[in-house]
Amino acid sequence: MRALKKFYQILCKPAVHYSLGFLTIGGFVAGILFWGAFNTALEATNTEAFCTSCHEMRNNVFEELKPTIHYSNRSGVRATCPDCHVPHKWVDKIARKMQASKEVWGKIFGTISTREKFEAKRLHLAQNEWTRLKANDSLECRNCHEFDSMDFTLQAERAARQHSSSLASGEKTCIDCHKGIAHELPDMKGVEGYQ
Amino acid sequence: MKKLLLATLLLVSSVVFAANEGVMSLRSQSLDVQDPAEKLKNYPKENLQQPINYIQQPPLIPHHIRGYEVDRKTNKCLTCHSFKNFKRYGATKISVTHFINREGQALSDVSPRRYFCLQCHVPQVKAKPLVENTFEPTGALAE
Repeated sequence: MRALKKFYQILCKPAVHYSLGFLTIGGFVAGILFWGAFNTALEATNTEAFCTSCHEMRNNVFEELKPTIHYSNRSGVRATCPDCHVPHKWVDKIARKMQASKEVWGKIFGTISTREKFEAKRLHLAQNEWTRLKANDSLECRNCHEFDSMDFTLQAERAARQHSSSLASGEKTCIDCHKGIAHELPDMKGVEGYQ
Repeated sequence: MKKLLLATLLLVSSVVFAANEGVMSLRSQSLDVQDPAEKLKNYPKENLQQPINYIQQPPLIPHHIRGYEVDRKTNKCLTCHSFKNFKRYGATKISVTHFINREGQALSDVSPRRYFCLQCHVPQVKAKPLVENTFEPTGALAE
């Protein structure tokens, strides 16, 4: 308690030995360094390599991603994990990163440490993502797939029919039809639109 | 006697050898030669004209099916082709035969033996037939 009081007193007193210039400029530089380090660390957790460093991701969802078009395709553009699962806007990104602390908890206690445990949780985990994408109108899809840039005449007939009606009217969003676009689906009994 | 035996043996083996030389695979490749790998073919996004060639032929899939999951957990085909959904998507509906189990009873949903669509229905690539085929549909299916 006494130490805390002393610390508070130091904080409240004006500096005796350091100039105002040193404190402000020094503080500014330290701020830049801190921000740079923080952002670098944050971005380091936003890479495919980081996501797949845990076997839970590497052996399940990452393996399932590999044969899909979002991993390898004719033009060589890859959507990595954070492209779809982490919002790009800073505030939303931080919010998602805070939620991810739950995933650290899961990692420590081995919530999905085996394939069986993962399969048992798959519906729950998938539903989290479906709800998130439904709520933000499939924002992470639309970061690359912009509706206004779609040429229906170049799409297959079935695709054009859906995109020009339900998607155009805003009645449906990408995730409503494109569930399981990058990973295996859970047991879909009772999910809307599935048998 | 020994000479005769040797002569016959020689004759037989030469005949066998000659016959062997003439054996070709249907792709006109000698049997001991590995075929060069065929170029991979891409499924077209859509190829809507796929005729039925014989009675009870399972219709071909007239579109690509990349990434369509059909397993114990889900069946992507049925999201459009089921009785429930076909109208909405303008898709062909599966026939009622898919509801009948092997005892001949009609079930209320797709029979497990008919659940795995790709066992009978397949998409088609535009490929030259490997061997010549003179099959012609007859009767009602003849053009």
